[in-house]
Amino acid sequence: MTTTDAPVTTTARGTAPAPTARPRRRLSPGRLAAWAAMIVILLITIFPFYWMLRTALSSNTALATDPSSLLPVGFSLGGFARVFGLQDVDTAVSQGGSGASINFWRYLLNTVIVATSVTVVQTFSCAMAAYAFSRLRWRGRETVFLVFLAAMMIPQIFTLLPNFVLIKNLHLVDTLLGIMLPSLFISPFAIFFLRQFFNNISREVEEAALIDGASKVRVFFTLILPMSSAPLATLGLLTYMTAWNEYFWSLMVSYSDSSRVLTVALAVFRAQSPNTGTDWAGLMAATLVAALPMLILFALFAKRIVNSIGFSGIK
Amino acid sequence: MSTTTPEATRTPGARPAPPRRRHRDDTRLALLFILPASVGLLVFLVWPLITGLYYSFTEYAILTPAQWVGLENYRAMLTDPVFWKSLRVTVLYVLINIGVQTVVALLIAVLMQRLTRSTWLRSIVLAPYLVSNVVAAIVFLWMLDSQLGIVNIALQAIGFDPVSFWASETWVIPTVALVNVWRHMGYTALLLFAGLQSIPEQLYEAARTEGAGEWQLFRRITLPLLRPILALVLIMSIIGSFQVFDTISVTTQGGPSDASKVLQMYIYENAFAQYQFGYASALSVALLVILVIITFAQYFLSRAGESDLD
Repeated sequence: MTTTDAPVTTTARGTAPAPTARPRRRLSPGRLAAWAAMIVILLITIFPFYWMLRTALSSNTALATDPSSLLPVGFSLGGFARVFGLQDVDTAVSQGGSGASINFWRYLLNTVIVATSVTVVQTFSCAMAAYAFSRLRWRGRETVFLVFLAAMMIPQIFTLLPNFVLIKNLHLVDTLLGIMLPSLFISPFAIFFLRQFFNNISREVEEAALIDGASKVRVFFTLILPMSSAPLATLGLLTYMTAWNEYFWSLMVSYSDSSRVLTVALAVFRAQSPNTGTDWAGLMAATLVAALPMLILFALFAKRIVNSIGFSGIK
Repeated sequence: MSTTTPEATRTPGARPAPPRRRHRDDTRLALLFILPASVGLLVFLVWPLITGLYYSFTEYAILTPAQWVGLENYRAMLTDPVFWKSLRVTVLYVLINIGVQTVVALLIAVLMQRLTRSTWLRSIVLAPYLVSNVVAAIVFLWMLDSQLGIVNIALQAIGFDPVSFWASETWVIPTVALVNVWRHMGYTALLLFAGLQSIPEQLYEAARTEGAGEWQLFRRITLPLLRPILALVLIMSIIGSFQVFDTISVTTQGGPSDASKVLQMYIYENAFAQYQFGYASALSVALLVILVIITFAQYFLSRAGESDLD
């Protein structure tokens, strides 16, 4: 990401070479108020995450009698046990669960398969197209690229129903392939993003390889792709997260455990509340477990993701 | 686009490739390279656009073939009170969601610009955006529960009556709107923050030596120079906001008494609960038309393409 982001960051850094050179470093009342506002915003941001954890570690009976404690009440791992299917039905019901079977590992596996396939295939297919739009000479290049750009404007809502009919006619309803297929090969945004980047790679390296007799295919695989590993990784991360969090389309296409992904499973879990009241401990354990892989991924690549945002969103 | 297939099939005939490779025409290779993406584009974006439009003129119960009914769906739509209600509900949602989100995001972005460039802090601010809408919806379903939710307990502790956020017709849309503000404010703030980075620091320095206060700096420098980016971010957020579905599907399913039945929820219901794909498609066309109008109107009103910096 450093590459795409470089112009912005360098100008920002360039004007403030040493922190000590800045005159407004003392804590004026205004600055103090600004920090106070920032801290309030951070608390609002973080609190729901903490509350998820706190509730997941509590027991349902204690939650009902002592809802206001900031620490876990009636400490219990029962919520997690229900999510991972480690409790028998009687124990689950007695602890406030619905007793319905939750095939967590299956949903996790489905989600991983969908998100990974979409990320790998889509990124590769879009990289190839971006290379054709950026570096190959052919007639109609600009026109075709405009068509791709225009496709970026089509809102998802409009393609959902017709795509469902299509997937149904292909007999792919309730399969993982049916969930992946519409986004498997293309994201107009990804093509646009990568083309921008390929345009900025120096032509001289490429020319040198071509003179040495390398084909353009070889140049693409041995030069362009490795030189673009940073933006490819960023794009891949963003694609993975989008695929992981997607809900509407999966809800339409998947009916049974065989193709259920985590987001849909969570919604089903939430809808299966027992008569005695919602199984909040179990539900929070489930949301936490479903969100955790993304949070871990984010913790590992926070800098890359955070720095990519200005570029990917606007340009 | 349709020219790709004939040309691609012609390639075997055009086989004798010249040995000189530099500066030749790359058409064959290019077609090969854009093939996967083009198939995706044509089959899953362009073709649905056409069929979706076609279905909106048909009666289509998914199990039996579509029957052409002309403008019947559109006529029914204009006299359908639920459609008009869902349109009002959606617009109300967008107004609250975008209004609050833009102000909060701008505040966060300006605070970050003034206080710190720490990646750490930006990461925390972005965290809600990384969980799915479903996760955000369920967490707030619990936090805003009418009896056991921590927010209501806090409200009671400071002397307010508990609010049934999800079950009250007046509260449900503001509630959903604010939940989605929580998830998106950090992301929007980072977009605006990136825009703020392009404003030269010298401008602020100069204004400060002239004795301008923080508010004046914001009004006279930040806001005008951020305008093009702000306009783009607004267009993107509004388009996203109009397509709200996940949060409502997980929490209220459109209730109480249609008070949160946004357009997408109504479309989904028509298609998958009543199997009226034709009518649902007509509703999608209506939503598409609204989005196109908004995009154009906003683009021209805000002169989004221009920047005062150039």
